[in-house]
This record gives sequence, structure tokens and C-alpha cells, in this order.
Amino acid sequence: MSAVTAGAGGVRRRVAGRDFRVALVAGGALVLAWAVVAAFWPQLVPYDPLRHDPLSRFLPPGPEHWLGTDQFGRDTFSRMLAGARPVLQVAPLATALAVVAGTAVGLVAGTFGGLVDEIVMRLLDAVVVFPAIIAAVLFVALAGRSVTVMVLVVAGSFVPIVARSVRAATLVEREKAYVEAARLRGERPWSLMRREIFPNVGTTVLVEATSRFGDAIFAAATLSFLGLGQPPGSPDWGASVSDNRVWLQLAPWTILAPALAIASLVVGIALVADSLRGRWEAS
Amino acid sequence: MTGRATGGPRLPAPREPVTRDVDLTRPRRPGQGENPHGPGAWSEENSHGPGSRSGGSGESGEGGPAGRGLRVTGLSVSYRTARGEVPAVTNVSFDVAPGETYGIVGESGCGKTTLSRALGRHLPPGGSITGGGVTVDGVEVPALSPAELRRWRTTSLAVVHQEAGSSLDPTMRIGAQLAEVLRLQGRGRAEARREAVALLARVRLPDPAAIARRYPHQLSGGQQQRVVIAAALATRPRLLVLDEPTTGLDATVQHEILDLLWALRAETDAAVVLISHDLALVGRLCERVGVLYAGRMVEEGPAAEVMASPRHPYTSALLASVPRLGVSRHARELAAIPGRPPVPGEEVGGCAFAPRCALADDLCRKRTPALEPAPGGRRARCHHTDRLLATPGSPFEEPSDAPGAPFAEPLDSSDSTGSSGSTGSPLEPTGPADGTDAPSGVPLLEVRGLTRKYGRTIVVDGVDLTIGRAEVLGLVGESGSGKTTLARAVAGLGPRGTGTIALHGRELAATVGRRDARDRRRVQMVFQNPETSLNPSHTVRAILTRAVRGLGGSRTAAELAARASLDDHLLDARPDRLSGGQKQRAAIARAFAGDPELVVCDEPVSALDVSVQAGVLRLLSEQQRLTGTSYLFISHDLAVVGYLADRIAVMYRGRIVEEGPASRVLAGPHHPYTASLVAASRARLDDPESIRLPAGEPAEEPVKESAEERVGSARAGGITRESEPARARPSGWASRIRWERAAGRDGVTKRKDANERKGVNVWEGVNVREGATGCGFAARCPLRIEGLCDSVDPPVAHTGDGHTVRCHLDTGDLPDTGDLPRTAVPVTAPGDRGTRHDPPTRDAKAPGDAQHTPATQHARHTHDTRDAQDSRDTQDTRDKEDGSP
Amino acid sequence: MRRFLLRRLAAIPLTLLAVSLLVFAATELVPGDVARTILGREAGEEAVARLREQLGLDRPLAERYTGWLSGFFTGEWGDSHTLGVPVRDLVLGRLADSLILGGLAFALLVPVAVTLGLVAGVNHDRPVDRVISVTGLALGAIPEFVTGVVLLVVFAVRLRWFPASAQAPDGATILTRLGHLALPVISLVLLCTGYVARHVRASTVAAVESPYVRAAELRGLGRAQVVRRHVLRNSTVPATSALGVQLQFLLGGLVAVELLFNYPGIGALLLQSAIDKDLPTLQATAMVLGVLYMSIILAADLAYRLLDPRVRLGGAAA
Repeated sequence: MSAVTAGAGGVRRRVAGRDFRVALVAGGALVLAWAVVAAFWPQLVPYDPLRHDPLSRFLPPGPEHWLGTDQFGRDTFSRMLAGARPVLQVAPLATALAVVAGTAVGLVAGTFGGLVDEIVMRLLDAVVVFPAIIAAVLFVALAGRSVTVMVLVVAGSFVPIVARSVRAATLVEREKAYVEAARLRGERPWSLMRREIFPNVGTTVLVEATSRFGDAIFAAATLSFLGLGQPPGSPDWGASVSDNRVWLQLAPWTILAPALAIASLVVGIALVADSLRGRWEAS
Repeated sequence: MTGRATGGPRLPAPREPVTRDVDLTRPRRPGQGENPHGPGAWSEENSHGPGSRSGGSGESGEGGPAGRGLRVTGLSVSYRTARGEVPAVTNVSFDVAPGETYGIVGESGCGKTTLSRALGRHLPPGGSITGGGVTVDGVEVPALSPAELRRWRTTSLAVVHQEAGSSLDPTMRIGAQLAEVLRLQGRGRAEARREAVALLARVRLPDPAAIARRYPHQLSGGQQQRVVIAAALATRPRLLVLDEPTTGLDATVQHEILDLLWALRAETDAAVVLISHDLALVGRLCERVGVLYAGRMVEEGPAAEVMASPRHPYTSALLASVPRLGVSRHARELAAIPGRPPVPGEEVGGCAFAPRCALADDLCRKRTPALEPAPGGRRARCHHTDRLLATPGSPFEEPSDAPGAPFAEPLDSSDSTGSSGSTGSPLEPTGPADGTDAPSGVPLLEVRGLTRKYGRTIVVDGVDLTIGRAEVLGLVGESGSGKTTLARAVAGLGPRGTGTIALHGRELAATVGRRDARDRRRVQMVFQNPETSLNPSHTVRAILTRAVRGLGGSRTAAELAARASLDDHLLDARPDRLSGGQKQRAAIARAFAGDPELVVCDEPVSALDVSVQAGVLRLLSEQQRLTGTSYLFISHDLAVVGYLADRIAVMYRGRIVEEGPASRVLAGPHHPYTASLVAASRARLDDPESIRLPAGEPAEEPVKESAEERVGSARAGGITRESEPARARPSGWASRIRWERAAGRDGVTKRKDANERKGVNVWEGVNVREGATGCGFAARCPLRIEGLCDSVDPPVAHTGDGHTVRCHLDTGDLPDTGDLPRTAVPVTAPGDRGTRHDPPTRDAKAPGDAQHTPATQHARHTHDTRDAQDSRDTQDTRDKEDGSP
Repeated sequence: MRRFLLRRLAAIPLTLLAVSLLVFAATELVPGDVARTILGREAGEEAVARLREQLGLDRPLAERYTGWLSGFFTGEWGDSHTLGVPVRDLVLGRLADSLILGGLAFALLVPVAVTLGLVAGVNHDRPVDRVISVTGLALGAIPEFVTGVVLLVVFAVRLRWFPASAQAPDGATILTRLGHLALPVISLVLLCTGYVARHVRASTVAAVESPYVRAAELRGLGRAQVVRRHVLRNSTVPATSALGVQLQFLLGGLVAVELLFNYPGIGALLLQSAIDKDLPTLQATAMVLGVLYMSIILAADLAYRLLDPRVRLGGAAA
């Protein structure tokens, strides 16, 4: 079997390896480009994304305005670049928060087991059964719009997901002989968790982090689109799509540009996340 | 002498009339009435020879180019990988006549599975036949078009894989799966269904109609394997490929499956290729055998002769590394093969075995030897066959009293006391011989009335055990017997329960969390699966250092590694760079970090290849001898236990059914269950005619409990012990998907797990329900007393020498290995290769005589009595084991 | 199986209780005064107090919770603050509309995703597989309103094949209605297909590489026979649970899609009532959606168990 699987595995690894590189490079380039834009858009934009210009309303894409202008004569291209920042502010923060909190909860529940595990998991079950988007709508609508609320809402809805994955991975590791060997020499649960288990659920945490990052962009964009994100008029992508929805027939470029921006960013992240997941989980 | 050894460990060929009658009458008994072909099928074959079905070109031997049977010529197979074309099988040739059984032996990675898949032209993606041919009854298999290939497979090929359960579609009823095969042969719907039931009867499954309605998971492993064999029979194949057909099954079940295969082999008249890592099995079942190493055939010839006087050092070394039933470590140390086989694609100049060979010289390293024909239809690929034959004994052998050369400081108990005492460890002076807080008459470990349950299922049922100082207690039992749970309970792992565990007469806490530092240091454990034994995130040095610190040991990581013959340069490697054997050595080193008094070894070698296993067993033996540590050593393999143990306890369904000095337990009189184990184990080594299982219906292992109740979950990510598997699965739906994704990893891990399971007991499934009384073995016992055994707990009978048997039978009525039903006709064809030595006369009462079983006689003649005058220091070579990076 | 069912059924009230607590807490912890929000800044203090009393906001929290909860289970859902109509009729009517949209999407999703997953799995690591996998992955990552926008621009603005609004005029024929629903349904399907197809693909690959498929091929079954007889069931059954997850996703996606396509569904109602701080409507909507979610989870789990004989009949997995 070794020869067979070694051989077959070799083939698959090679194919997967090529896919891995292509997807990783393409996705990584997209994400990196948007990150640069988010950081430096004030230096990159040809126009002030917020400046009204009543004389050039609804201009179609052309040499002057590459992606046209909207109802207030604002430059769509500039707004698209500027819109990268709010999303890339919320998503990484929310992801980091969710991953840290979820990992801690999952590790503790998985390592200690017993009653701790039971209570934590039942709580998470109740949270998970509650549709994340509904919760988000509830909270943002009621608690008001702000970056903090958005980060908290997105992070909060991801914590159970991360916690469950990490807990599952922890349980797998906890059953392994090396953990039992550590118990046999008298390691205490905290030490077991930190020294023995945590390093080996690292892969799961990383996979979760990249996947959740994509989901966070998704969630942040959707919340903005629903009018629950940035204040109206800001160049935020989701909000732009929502604001310009009514001009669909007249100026489709005003909604197409931010929509495609969102699409390119999430696809980039998805490609990176997927190739990393494939690589990490195969190893 | 050669003559004696020659005849022994094999079955005679079915085409030899003298022996044929024996073969054919023997396995008929149980299933006679159900045989759809009736007795006629047999007598017809008997009288007309193997050609009865195809019209008979008579006894075609290794016939002409278009002759009958299987002919493999210069077959080469390679895989496309990132490193380019990697050859897996190189230029392999052999012929198998119809009705003949040909064995392919080799360790993992030698190409035997690739070879088996090439025979059916069913290579995994990336694999292709790059040269040579496979001809079956004149049909060139590689030349067939896809449609022809399918047609040929339906009519001429049958393959039986290991892991029968997984070769059955889990969502389809057994009957439907068999009917599908029959429909392909052109049967009508109703006819196929009828015939499917008949096939199930033919493989001796009880109540075939009911079985046909079941799903695969509702059958036991043995039953599943029978179904797969039934499917193979449906084809009426011309080529039957058996790829590790019994690996992973319990010893007694294995025995029955082999029995069945043996009977059916004669019936089908197909060319049979048996692929196995199990030399003994191949030697027993096959007329001829080919030994594969690094994708090449290194030796070929009649099985008996190859086993008796190998002409290639690799064969010789492999044979020397197999533990033989009844041969204790005190009589003969096992010889491991140093180093590791080349990875497919690795360029080895000259002979591929040279880096591991005791006889290798410059010639071997420069020039690849050819497969030279030798007298007696044998071939060997070695420059120095003459030297090998001239060397008395295997060049890999050594006498049992070989000193533990690799140990920098040969230490015994007094030494260990001194060294740890000098460190002034705050814990207390260590060393097994002292540090006791009880009178010396008290045994080291005393287990009384230990009971462990999972839910309402009793896994360990009131077990009493004692282990003396410096004593090795071997615990044998099949999967599900509770032996692992017992071991883990002693170590303080697993669920809590009733009963006491006392060390030096002082009661130990039931769980490790409640034991104090001293008790923890005293009882350590070596686990079954080397892949999970070491934390993949830490280096070996960190793992060992941590253990030393945690256990209050006095040695450094380097010292521990040296004692475990683990190379220095591996200390700073992480476990993923270690081979399975090296991982297990590191795990053993870790267990010895604090000078333990008792080491619980839970199947520590069952996941390893035989040559690696030998090295680990030797290490355990040496460590034990030098430190005087006691072992509770667990295995499903009686020969392995017999090698290491001073005393043996046999466990069945949660109870110890027999216990006593190793020689007494192996020699008998036995508990009927032990008798079946001994018979099964010996039959693997010896010819099957000598010992048969106690007659009766197939002794099936019980179907595992239902999903809700079962304790072990084989699905929960490969190797799962019986411990808390419910927790291994996250509860709830959402995590399940995520979890399944993580565990299943698109099927990749599943396959890996399946491979890992090879030779590994996944199942410690459990089958005693609360409130059950009577002897657990009653249902399977051929000697049961109706109305007594199944309802009344058996008493413990003492037969002397501390040998106890838990059975209702009078001591005098207990089966003796010699009393087991023997074959009707002893075969004594003179001068024939079917010759066998006389049944050894044996006084079962004499302890130590167990070593005079036919198996050991064989072993002795070939190895033992010779001087191990091999000039090379075997320890040196062993030092190099797995050494190359 | 029965035990499983009982356990799951017993868990429902508990989960419902948890959901109700969450909904109630979320709506109660609203900063600011609901009555003030409803009446606006200009209203007098007295009017606000009257409304508070009318709404029962002056009663203790626990009393309001139990009152609300018992009201919910007896069908007394109150009236909408903003629309002035009974909440029950409003919510159930919108739910029906949403179920039409979601049901259509689901009906399209299953065959499309299973087919794509099977094709990708059977041809795994070939170009077809890569195209399907990467496309599915990308589409699944894009928010549904983004795909919806692209669909709108292409099919409603440029090609004019479909109307931009999902809401058909009154008295329209079924065909016209379907035409109006086409774009929202497609954007929902695109959102979920990738994920389900991925699961089907994974289990298909596992089945294709499984020993039982190998054994079937060695017995001489052709590729098509093997796929039909052995791969299909083994690859779709494990994907049932993925379908359950996606159904939930689909339900969540309704909010954005209904907003984008001006469809009067329950998602749009949820959003509107939240923005309007119309508490009775919001609470009822959230509860109804919660119950729907739970039913989906249960149904998916049940389907999985019914379809897999290993789980249905018990016994060890081999």
C-alpha cells in the first residue's frame, strides 16, 4: 500500500501543488492590492471621493472619469478605491477578535471537558441556532451604526463557529497518546492545553482565521448594503451599492463598480483561504 | 535436515492426488448441505483434475507462452510523481498454474500492492504498466481494450482485499451486492437473487437468507470477509488475487477465513496469487513464493524450501525477525533488520538490500545482482548466496545472551539505584529493586476485582491480576476483549470503576490525576499507535526532557535516546521525520525517563512491520533485562506475547479466562479459548493439517453493538480507542459537518487511516452487557456444556504452578494443544515435497516444552542451534537501524 | 433512531426558550426609549408616558417577557407599531412570500449542486473539476447582493430578459411571476451552489476512491454503472447535512436579496421593523425565523439519518 499510496499521493500532491501556487498567487495579489489601496487611497484617487460636482452628474465611464460619476457627480473610481478602507478595517479586527475568543473557548471546552464543555457547548448551540444575520440586523439596528458595533456583531457571530472547530480539533488531539503520556507524567490541564494541545490545533486556528476573514468581508459588506454599516454617503462599497440601487437603469456603473470591488476582494481571500486550507490539512 | 524442514510449513498442492483427498474432504464438513453445487462438484474435480470446468488441458505446469494460468513476464510499474517517473515494481516475472497458489511476500513499500493491482490492471491514478506482460489463460491483460477489460474482469478475475468491510458498499444490502455481480454474468434478476443466497451459504455463513438482507455494517469483520469471498466466487475466476485477505482480523477468525479460502481455492481451480506481509501465512498456504524487495523479486521458489533455506539475505533476515510461537526471548532473541527499505524512486547503486545486509561487500554496492536460477526451481538475486548458505544460521541471528552493546552504561537494577540516588532527587530513591514501602513478599502490582464500564457495557469484568517484580505479564486477547481498557486502568487512564489496583501493596488512585508524583513515576505506558505517541510540535529532545523533568528522572534526553538505540541526530528532529519504529523507540525512551517500576505496553508493535517490530521487541526485552522493570505487555499476537512474557493472562470478553507461566499457558491444558488461539497461531506457522480449530460452526466474533451503544467508533477518525469516543465527535449538527470535513479531508485521511489500520486493532469494541452471566466464550466453545456454561459463571481451576483456568470443564478434560482434532490423514508421501516431519511427541505437562512445537523445531533447526558466529556485531548494525536520514 | 428523535424533539423547547430570551433581550436592551422613538422628538412627555403604558413598557422585565412569550405561543402577537396591522397576519403573509422565493431557490439548488458536485468528483483533479470547484468557491464567497447586482446589470439593464423587480404586478400570470423571481432565485442559487457542490464533490471523491468502488470495478462494472449504483448514493447522503447548512444560509441571504429586488418577504420585514424599531413585529419575525432555522436543522439531520442505513439501522461502521 505504501507504494501505491505514495505514488498516487505524489500525483495528487503535484497537481494540488500547482493549483495551490496559482490560486495562492492570484488570490494573494488581489488581497494585497486591495490592502495597499485601503492604506494609501488618499494618494491614489484622482478625485476627492466625497466632493459633489453638480455639473458632471451621471457621467458614463470615460477618459475623464474612468468609471463614471454618480448622482452627485462624485467620481465612482475614487469612491471604489476609498471604499476599501472601511471593509478592511472591520473585517480583520472582527476576525482577530473572533479567532482569539473562539480559540480560547474551544480550547478550554475541549481540554477540560465534562461540565465545562457541556455548558459552553450548549450556550454556543443556542447562539448558533440563532441566525447570524438576524442577530446582526437586530443589534446594529438597535445599537446604532458604528465601526465598533459592526466589529462586535461580526466577531460575535463567528465566535461559536471558531470555538466549535477548535474544540473538535482539541478533542481529536486530546485523545491522542502523546497527551495521555503527558497526563501520565502529571501535567495539569492548563499545561496540557498550552504545551501539548495548542501547538497542534494551530493549523485549525489558521484555517479558521483565513476562512473567517473571507466571511467577515462578506458580512461587513452585507451589513453596509443593508444600511447597517457606515453612515450614508460614505464611500463604503456595500452602502454605495445600496445608495445607487435606484439608479440601476440610468447609471449601472455606479453600482457595478463597488459590487465588483467586493467580488474581487472576497474571491481573492477565498482563493487564498482554500489553497492554504488544502495545504495545511493535507500536511 | 533440509528434508525435514522442507515438508513442514505448507499445504500440499491440490493438484497432487495424494494430498488432494485430504484437502478436499477436510473443509467440506461444515457447509456440505448448503453447497449449491452438491458433492458432485467436488468429486468431479477430484477425478478429473483441475481442468474440469474449462475442458481440461490437463496438468499444465508453468506452461507455454499461451499456456493456462497466470504468467507475469518482466512486469514493471511506475508512478508519475513530482520527482518524475518512480518505479514501484521492476521487472517481475513469475508463473502460476491453475490451481496453484503463489505467495508474494514483502514489507510495506516493497511494491506488493502495486503488483497485485497491476494484475487486475487496476492501478491508482498516475500508475502505469511500463513494461512486461500479464497473461491469464493466454489473454494478454495489458492489451485489452476497456470494454474487453471489463468483460475479462467479469469472467476471469476475482480480487479479495484486506478490510473487507470497506470493499462492500455501505448503502447496499449484501444480497443486492452479490446479485449485482451475478447479473453481470448474465443471470436474471430472480436467479441472481437466489444464487446470491446460495453463495452466502457456500462461504459457510449461517442463515444466508437473513444475511442477504443485511447491510455490511451489520456484519462482523469475519462475516464481511466471507461476503467478499462469496463475491469473488461468483465470478468463477481464472485468476484469484488475495491481497492481505486476513490482515486486521482476529486470530481465530483469521484462521477460519484461511480455512475457507483454502477449501475454495481447490474448488475454483484458479491461479491464486496471495499477497501478504505474513511470511508464515504465505509459507503455509502457498506452493511457491516470491519475495519482493524494493519493487524487485529477490527470491523465488517452492515455499517450503524458501522458508527453510533462504537463498537471499533479505528472506533470511525477515524469517529471523518473526517471533515464533513458544520461542521466548530467553531462548532466542529476535533479529531486526537494520536500516530501512529504499523509498520508491530512491536510487540505490548495486543491490537494493546491500545497505542493510550483513553480507554486503563492495561488489554488492556496485553491481546489481541478477535473479540467478538455482536448483529446485529456485531463483535468487544475490551475489553471495553461497556465503549465505555457508553461514550457519541467519547472518542476522545472534544468541540470546548478547549483551546490550548500545547501552553506554550497561545498567542493572543496582546501577539504576545508584545513579538516581546520587542525584538526590527529592522524590525518593528510585530503582525497581528498592524504594518499596512494603514487605518484599508483596507483588509489585496487584489488581483485585477491577471492573470498568462504558455506559452500561462492561468492558473489564472483575479482573484479578498480579505482576511480580521484574516480571513480564503478557495479556492476550482479541479486539473487544477489554485488554486495552484494563491496561489503561492500570495506568490510571480511562473511566473510573470499581476494584483496586495496588502497587507494592499500597492502593493506587484510580485516575492518574489523583496519583502522586511517586506513583506516576512508577507506572508508565507505551502506546499502540506510534503516529500519535509523540507530540508532533516538539522535538524528540524536548519530549524526552519534558518527561525527565515531569517524572523526576535523572538522565538526560541523550542518555535516554542512546538506551533506546535512537540516533543522536534524531534528537533535534520532530516526530514527522522519524519512522514508525523510531517513534516507538522514542516513546519507549520516554516511558523509561523516570526509572519506572511498571511499564504498561499496549500493543506497542502491532502497527509496525515485522522487521521493525523485531527491533522494538528486542529493545523492550533489553530494557527489561537491564532495568528489572516489570511489564504489563498487551498484544493480540500470541507469538509476540510468548516471546516477551514470563507469565501470560488470556482475556476474553472482559474476563481473564486463563493465567499462568508462559510455557504452561502455551502448552496446555488450556481454556478452550486459549486452545483456539494457540491453534490459530500455530496454524499460521505450521501446516494447517496438524491443528484445526475446535470443530463447530464458524466461531464468529459477535457483531458489534449498535451505533448508539458501541463504544469504539472506527469512523471517528481512524484509530480510535474505546475511550470516550463519543467525545471525539463534537456534538451538534453544524460542527459535525466541519468536523467531518476535518476528519474526512475529502477522503484522503480515510484512506490513510485504512492503511494505518493494517495490522492494528482498531476495534476494542465491547460486548458484555450488564447483568450477563455464564462463560463469555460459551457461544463459541466447542466443548460447552449446555445449560451450564451459558448461564453459570465458571469456577477458577488451579492446575498447579500458579496456572489457573476459568472453565466448567474438569482440569483433565481441558483441551491440550495436542488433543485438538487433527487431520484425518497424515500425509506421508515419501520423498515428496509434501513430506513433513513427524508430529513431535510432547508431554504437555512439562513446562518449557512449548518450545518444542513443530514451529520451534523448525526454527531451531534453521537458526537456533547454530552458532551465531556472525562476525559482524549485530548491535552495531542495529544501531544503524532506521539511521539513514 | 427513536432515541435520537426523542432527544432532538426534547431539545426543541429548550432551544426555543433560548432563542426567545435572546430576541427579547436584544430588543429590550435597545438604547433609548421605544415610545419616544415611535412618537418622535416633538411629542409631549405625557403622550410618551401614555404610549409606554399602552405598550406595557412600564411593567417589570420578567413580567413583560413571560407575557410576550405566552402571547407568542398563543398567537397573540400584537399589532405593528408603525403599520398598525396585526403582526401575525403581516409576518405570516411575508413568510409565505419568502418561502416561495426560498423554495424555488432550493428546488433549483439541489439538482444543480448535486450534478456539478458529482461531475467534479468523478473527474476529480481534471480541468472540469477545477473549473467547477474554483467557480463554486468564488461564487460562494461573493455576497448575494453583489451577484444580484451583476445579474441585474446584465439581464435586466443590458439584455432586458428579466424585470429588475421581484415583485410582480397584481393579477400577473404564473409565468410572469416566475420571470420576476428569476434573478433573485438565481442569485440565491449561485450563493449556495458552490458550497453544496463542494460537499458532494468531496464525498464523491471519497466514494470513487473507496475500496468498494475499486471492488466493483474489479468485478467488471463499467464507469457509468459504478457511478449510478455505488457512487451516487454514497456521495449524496453525506451532503444532506451540507444542504441543511445552506438552507439556513439561503434564509439569511433572503434579507439582502429581498432588499435588492424589492421583494416583500420576511427578510425585508425584519430589516424594516428593526430600522423602525417596531418591536412587536421585530420580535415576532425573529422568533418565526428562529423556529424555521431549527426546523431546517432538524429536518436535515433527520434526512441524513434516514438515508444512511448505517445510522438508520445502528451497528458499527465498518
